[in-house]
Amino acid sequence: MNLIFRAVFEPGFFTSGPVRVALLAGGLAAVVSGVVGTFAVVRGQSYAGHALADISVTGGSASYLAGITPLWGFAGVGVAAAAAMDLIGVQRRRGRDLATGIVRGAGLGLAALFLYWDATATSTTGATITVLFGSIFTISGSTALVAAVFAAVALGIIAVLYRPLLLSSASPELAFARGVPVRATGALALVAIALAVSLSALTIGAILSTALLVGPAAAALRLTSKPGMAVLWSAVIGVAATWLGILLAYDSYYWPPARQGWPVSFFVVALVLVSYLLAQFAVIRPPGTRRDDATARLGAAQPDEAGA
Amino acid sequence: MLSGFMINAWVVAGIVAVVAGAVGFFVVLRGSAFVADALPTGAFAGAAGASLIGVNTLAGLGVFSVLGALGIGWLGRRSRHDVATALTLVAMLGLGALFLSFSSEYAPEIYSLLFGEVLGISANEIAPVAILGAVSVAALVVIYRPLLLTSVMPALGESRGLRAARVETLFLVVLALATSMALPVVGALLIFSLMIGPPAAARSFTDRPAFAIGLSVVMALGTVWAAIAASYQTNWPVGFFVGALSAAWYAVGRIAAAWRRSRRRARAVAPREPAGQDRLAASVRL
Repeated sequence: MNLIFRAVFEPGFFTSGPVRVALLAGGLAAVVSGVVGTFAVVRGQSYAGHALADISVTGGSASYLAGITPLWGFAGVGVAAAAAMDLIGVQRRRGRDLATGIVRGAGLGLAALFLYWDATATSTTGATITVLFGSIFTISGSTALVAAVFAAVALGIIAVLYRPLLLSSASPELAFARGVPVRATGALALVAIALAVSLSALTIGAILSTALLVGPAAAALRLTSKPGMAVLWSAVIGVAATWLGILLAYDSYYWPPARQGWPVSFFVVALVLVSYLLAQFAVIRPPGTRRDDATARLGAAQPDEAGA
Repeated sequence: MLSGFMINAWVVAGIVAVVAGAVGFFVVLRGSAFVADALPTGAFAGAAGASLIGVNTLAGLGVFSVLGALGIGWLGRRSRHDVATALTLVAMLGLGALFLSFSSEYAPEIYSLLFGEVLGISANEIAPVAILGAVSVAALVVIYRPLLLTSVMPALGESRGLRAARVETLFLVVLALATSMALPVVGALLIFSLMIGPPAAARSFTDRPAFAIGLSVVMALGTVWAAIAASYQTNWPVGFFVGALSAAWYAVGRIAAAWRRSRRRARAVAPREPAGQDRLAASVRL
């Protein structure tokens, strides 16, 4: 028994300080992304989430220039970009992807400039890789504390807006008729998405944080059609993928070919994808339920983007 | 600015702009901005993989972007389109992260793959880019009508026997080709700006598709060449100028669209007034 335990958990896994912080911050990011992601998927905002994740690269690179923790940059620019998207009209379905894409393109253009300045100012080029692909084992305790505050804010937004958000996702007209401020609800939901991806950007990297936002949520929506359960499943899948990913990355230290460890981001993304494919193809559904039930019930009659 | 090695840059960037402008028109028309965004970003992983096993970057890009296009087409038929796109994208990017950690690639090279590198284009890169560009444009010409029909009126397309899913997959493959040729020049993260900024503006200037494509190509050419010139002068990355100029085109397009709408409304209101008066006159006569 002890032998198996040793084989699974390389020695030092539980006593290492960086690993503990990584488990804590990674778990936090996964919970927030899972919860917020469920709404992002139901509302058809996967693209907005992805764009916000990409734009947080701008914040990360700017924070290197300013000499502050990347997390502040990720979150600050993310929230600003969410506001910009809302302003130029991502709340309308028609032309929404276009507006999202333009904000993303402009943001990444700025990121290119900032990274260039980072490279010329400090004559190191490490910022590019750290910002894009994350560095979960170098998170400091104080950054983890800030991450906890951001996580609380994002979860708070979702907790307060839970019902109006569900209603306005399923039927904006009905929500409007019942006096839900649809526009403000949507804007706050975007802010929550921005905070969630900024947390994931810290752990698995800015351009991969889409995985934690969309993957667990999409898998969860295959498993259940109850919104509450979907949120729960999504968070559980996200945390499981992150923790297992950290464990595998730790164990992989002596793996071929480079003998310097495989990246955490790769394991987390791979595990998220496996869980989605399992939920999609391997779950045996009771007879009489359609495959699309969960999504159909929640995001009633979302027209396909292609026709918009 | 027009010395020997810069000529290559002008030529290759010109080809890229023509293809991006033309393909981009359909990206905007079909509302497939997310796919156009995901393919280049994911194909970046192919470049990382190619450098790992020591083959031509273009081959890696081609394989990954076509696989990505097929993956999105396949998953997209089974689940929500945006979710399928997002998951295909992160699958490719995850592999990219792995390849990067294995390879001894230096950070500047990765940076140039992501954000573009115009100055390092050699003369023997022109031929593959030109061939891929010609193939993409030719494919676009061949599927022009079905593509237009399924984009604008999917129901009519179905009734004429066009399979929307098949047209979609063909279009995605053309997009993948255009992506892999453009990626080394303007970078994985910014091809997409070129593909939606100018076409979005072109669409708000005119309703005629062929004219809009022409306009979009001209604007894309202007964007890329201006970006190269500015980058040459300031030494700042090309990607920054492409992103900023594309956003500017989009803003111009939005303003133009608003202006056309207000003019159309004014024209629509004008003839109604006599009609209203007629009705008034009729009611008085009664």
